Amino acid sequence: MPISLDEVRHVARLARLDLDEAEMLALQGELNALIGHFTDIQNVNVTGVEPTSHAVNMNNVWAEDEADDPFARDSALRNAPMSRAGLFVVPTIIED
Amino acid sequence: MPEYVASVGMEVHAELMTRSKMFCRCPVAFGGEPNTRVCPVCLGMPGTLPVPNRRAIEMVLRTALALDCTIAMRSVFHRKNYFYPDLPKGYQVSQYGETNPLGYAGKLEIPASGGGYKRVGIRRVHLEEDTGKLMHLPAGGSGVDFNRAGVPLMEIVTDFPPDITTPDEAKEYLAQLRQILVYLEVCDGKMEEGSMRCEPNISIRPEGSETYGTKTELKNLNSFRSVQLGVQFEVRRQTAVLDHGQRVVQETRGWDENREASFPMRVKEAENDYRYFPDPDLVPMVFDEAYLESLRATLPELPLAKSRRYQEVMGLSAYDAGLLVADRDWAAYFESAVELGGDAKTVCNWMNGDYARYLNESGNTVGSGNVQPKQLVELTKLIEDGTISGKIAKDVFAEMFRTGHDPRTIVQSKGATQISDAGAIGEIVARVVGANPDVVAKYKSGQTSVAGFLIGRVMAESKGRANPQLVRDLVAKALDE
Ligand SMILES: [Zn+2]
Repeated sequence: MPISLDEVRHVARLARLDLDEAEMLALQGELNALIGHFTDIQNVNVTGVEPTSHAVNMNNVWAEDEADDPFARDSALRNAPMSRAGLFVVPTIIED
Repeated sequence: MPEYVASVGMEVHAELMTRSKMFCRCPVAFGGEPNTRVCPVCLGMPGTLPVPNRRAIEMVLRTALALDCTIAMRSVFHRKNYFYPDLPKGYQVSQYGETNPLGYAGKLEIPASGGGYKRVGIRRVHLEEDTGKLMHLPAGGSGVDFNRAGVPLMEIVTDFPPDITTPDEAKEYLAQLRQILVYLEVCDGKMEEGSMRCEPNISIRPEGSETYGTKTELKNLNSFRSVQLGVQFEVRRQTAVLDHGQRVVQETRGWDENREASFPMRVKEAENDYRYFPDPDLVPMVFDEAYLESLRATLPELPLAKSRRYQEVMGLSAYDAGLLVADRDWAAYFESAVELGGDAKTVCNWMNGDYARYLNESGNTVGSGNVQPKQLVELTKLIEDGTISGKIAKDVFAEMFRTGHDPRTIVQSKGATQISDAGAIGEIVARVVGANPDVVAKYKSGQTSVAGFLIGRVMAESKGRANPQLVRDLVAKALDE
């Protein structure tokens, strides 16, 4: 199989997904099936087609640099599981 | 023990001085109450659509042009994926790739220690967004303030292999870069406030060796001085490690300002697997030559070019020129004074002397100062044409600085004009000579240096107003009679 179980484990960790062994095996199968579709795409003849990074044919969509009213803080914090003194509160982060 | 050569790579982040954020129109400011400059876009709410700030793109392009970069005629934003609480979306919008950043393959020249200039290669100048700020809460947990999240951030990275080889060069590079950013009005360059941040990476290798040593990266440097001290410390520390037969560990180290030492930092789990991909919400940026030309036309003369011109065309010393160009307004002041007919060297002396000192003492800047270029030039003309002495001029300048009055008005109201009337000075000379027969006797016995004492007395009696040359002549004449 093109995608190893270790790769599934790695991607799960990056995505912060807590999976057990059975789930990982199942996902390995699904991911490989998905990746399989790319072989179809790879078989398409793209000679003379310019590579692109985006699916829409648009460039330079920009806004002028003018400040608008921001959100009211109460609204911003409303969905936060925890907040205090106007701050979003998260579990202690260890750094410096 | 072998001699080592250091290599220093510089990574600088500069917050751009836009009014609004990079992808939403929340206002940009420093400080303030937490989470008062946020909206669904910069909080990473689902279903929102970011729109890039045109001015931020222009600021980065102008910087890239000023740093002699190649401009990417087509450039895209990427998502850099990682989880951290100060990053609301779970990714930071940035720019990946060698030739995709708005600018790449540029250079910055710095004055070299042995005279002349040294080229420091620039690898990339790209545009991204800043993160929020995390703070420790005394009652447990961490607090997150997203006011800074989404503020446009420019990253400027030097070439590898690095051109910078000493702590002094590292500091000089940063100083030159800061001046350019301030001249371009793209960043205020305040390292203490974190609007300009520098993370140098340092390695050493035995002299003559081709392979570069293991790098360490330094964080928490919030002044030019700490950048210089930090690099110096790392070079010494790594030298000691190698001299003891040990190996340098690749790590991020923090700088402790008080101990003036670096320490290993526990950093966010380095995944180094950011899975960059083009942000589908942000369409490509495409530029043409005419647009870039119009931006190039907005570039001011840069500090180093100015400094060279002041030295080569106006005959100033490298030191004086350096002081004048350190601040854009200061340089502009100098140039308008010279344009108004002031002598470059004279104007420069006043500026870097009394004027700089008074501004410093009063905490004013040249922009808020009282003394207009025209007034400074007028003052130098009053000395030149003999209306006042250089000594009186210093008093006049002090008053001009305080009141903003024209020098001529001050001179008239003080009655401070120079006395060049030989008759009037002659009277004072006669009086002084008559009152000091012992000094005159010494002079006659060959001790001619005592004339200086008499000249000083005459100047004092005239309250500094007597024309010094005339005084010297008349005293000499009186003594030789
Ligand atoms: Zn916002």
